[in-house]
Formats: sequence, structure tokens, C-alpha cells
Amino acid sequence: MTELLLRAVFTDNLALAYFLGMCTFLAVSRHLETAFGLGLAIIVVETITVPVNHLLFAGMLGPGALAWLGLGDVDLSFLALIASIGVIAATVQILEMVLDRHFPKLYRSLGVYLPLITVNCAILGASLFMIERRYTFYESAVYGFASGVGWALAIWALAALRERVEESRVPQGLRGLGLAFMLTGFMSMGFAVFGGLKFG
Amino acid sequence: MSDRLRTLIDPILVANPVTLQVLGICSALAVTTSLATALVMSAALIFVLTLSSGVISLIRNHIPRSIRLIVQITIIASLVIVVDQMLQAYLFAMSKRLSVFVGLIVSNCIVLGRAEGFAMHNRPGASLLDAIGNGLGYALILAAIGTVRELLGAGTLMGFTVLPTTAHGGWFTPWGLMALPPSAFFLLGLLVWAVRAIRPEQAEPLRESPDVEAPR
Repeated sequence: MTELLLRAVFTDNLALAYFLGMCTFLAVSRHLETAFGLGLAIIVVETITVPVNHLLFAGMLGPGALAWLGLGDVDLSFLALIASIGVIAATVQILEMVLDRHFPKLYRSLGVYLPLITVNCAILGASLFMIERRYTFYESAVYGFASGVGWALAIWALAALRERVEESRVPQGLRGLGLAFMLTGFMSMGFAVFGGLKFG
Repeated sequence: MSDRLRTLIDPILVANPVTLQVLGICSALAVTTSLATALVMSAALIFVLTLSSGVISLIRNHIPRSIRLIVQITIIASLVIVVDQMLQAYLFAMSKRLSVFVGLIVSNCIVLGRAEGFAMHNRPGASLLDAIGNGLGYALILAAIGTVRELLGAGTLMGFTVLPTTAHGGWFTPWGLMALPPSAFFLLGLLVWAVRAIRPEQAEPLRESPDVEAPR
């Protein structure tokens, strides 16, 4: 479990090793404050949706999941994609309503990022990886949390770096997006180094 | 240049979805370790993008505004499932290499962006041209990065040896970094730099005021 956790946070980082959620990653990393809120929102949504999608896949869609109905040879795996999206969109909506109703303070700081997350590939990607790698329920819970933390760490670090270099004198064409790509590349190299870690 | 032609050509060369609008980056970076995967991925995206834009444009006057995103996503997801199943049936090895990234076309910002930004307001003909143009613009970037990464990382193109590697008695030592994720970031960064050096009007001003760009 520890290995799964550490791998998902560092070596198999969703943003830096699999390039997931890049659109939001680059668009919302100009300032540390906004990046911080988005990172938190990602952690929360990942932690909820990956295990929920696991339950849905194992209980209804996977090969042999409908055996209790006498439909043992029905395989609905191809519906996993559309079901996962539905779960994610619904989770985000419910989370938004619950936060709005019971935690208005948190809603004001986190709320604006929630709609951005529905179409974020990091969220959908984590669920698809969970299905592809056949995680158990506990593994998928750990994986969901850890991949969210990994993504959040990456965007916090990039936002901090971008605030630093904002005023730097770089070639005009490199300013902004180009430089952000370069920084992300170096961060990606840095995170890849964790691959050398040996786990108990 | 006629309007029609401009709808098709503009997104390929002038307003490229990847380098200017920063859309659909995830897959642009992930599937470019070899030229073959980049081309298959581009074909899959062009298929989904063209059909979804066409369909959404056809029924654009019948979609209630409040649920339009759900309708769009459902159409796109159905098309993606078709592509995914086709790849698994006829190109199984390729679909294993593309892994989850075919499925992720659903949340690819280019597809939803064109559906929401163009197909909802234009006739089917124009929407189709716009979709093909954007798809080709995406394919161009993917092919360019895929070519560089495969050539320098393995000395091959489409699996054929171009630069004979030292392991097989040639002279070329493969550049290992090119096969790893960081190189994709560097190459795309360089590409963006090159495009903006040629077209300075696309460069970003020194002080940026807007904090969060248009939500995607």
C-alpha cells in the first residue's frame, strides 16, 4: 500500500509522468493562491470519484458483475467510460451543493474551481487507470487520494516557480506558456528521479 | 481566400489549437513517443471531432441551453467508445500502447471547445470544415513532436531504422531522454517559442492581468 501511495504521488505523477489535466494545469498556475485552491479541489474529487467508480465497475459493468441477475456472461466494460464521466459530473455537482449549503466559507474559496474539474482529464484518467490496472477497492481508494495529492503538489510547485520567473527577462516568444512548459519539463525530470527509491 | 477555405486553413497554421489556444495538451504530450502512435491518435481525434461537431451542429437548435453540456458530452463519449472498440478489435497492440488516452478524448478540450465554441452557432458544413481544420492542426503538432522523439530516442521512424544505432552496429547512440516524459515538455515549449518567434503578435505581454483564463 505504501508503495502504491508513493508511486502515485511521485514516480507515476498524473501531471508530470502522464500529462493529465494539462490544460487546467497550465491555465491556473499563474498564481500560487488560485493554484492552491484548485489543488485542494482535485484531491477531494479524486478521493471520492475513484473508489465510487470502482464500486460501479465491479458491481455493475465489469465482466461477470451481473452474475447475481443470472447474466454471468454479460460484459458491459465498454460503458465504463460514459459511466465514469456521469459519476464525476454528479459528484462535482453534489459536492458543490453540499459545500454551498453546509460550508459556505469553504465553498467561496473552493467553489469556483469545481466546475473546471468535471472536464479535467486528471480525474477521468485516474478512474480509467484504476480500471485498466484492476485495483481492488482499498487500492483504488489509496490510489485516488495519492494521485490527487501528486497532481496538487505539481501545480503548487509550478505556480510558485511561475510567480518567481514572471518578471524575468526571457526572450519574448518564450514568455508565459513556453517557459511554463520548460519549467514543467524540469519538474518532470525531478519527479522521475524518485523512481530510484526502494520500497520496504 | 474564401471564408470556407479560411475556416479550414486557419486552425492548421494561424490559430493552431495546441500552440496558441493550449488545448488538448495531455494527449499531445503522452502519445508522441513514436510517430505511429501519434498518427493513430490524431486519426482517432479527427474522427471524433468531425462527427461530434457535425452531429451537434445538426441538432443545435433542438438542444435546450441548460443541459447542452451533458448532451455534448454524451455524443462525444458515444463516439469515443466506438473508436475505442474499433481499435481494440482491429489494432489491438496499438490500443494497448495508447492505453487510456483514447478514452481521454472525451475530456479533450479541443473536442468540447469546438462543440461549444463553434458547432453550437454554425451550420453543419462550416462546422465540419472547422472540425477537420482543428483536427489537422492537432495532427500536425503531434506528428512533428512524434517524429523528433522517435528519431532521436530510438533512431527509427514508423518502426523502420533511419539512424542505425550502436546496438546494431551503426553509429547513432539513442538519446534516452527523448523516450521519457520530460522531453515532450521541452519539445512543445521549444515549438511554442518557435511559433511565437515567427508570429510575434501571439507572444504574451510582460504583465498579464487576467488571472484565470476562460474555464475549460
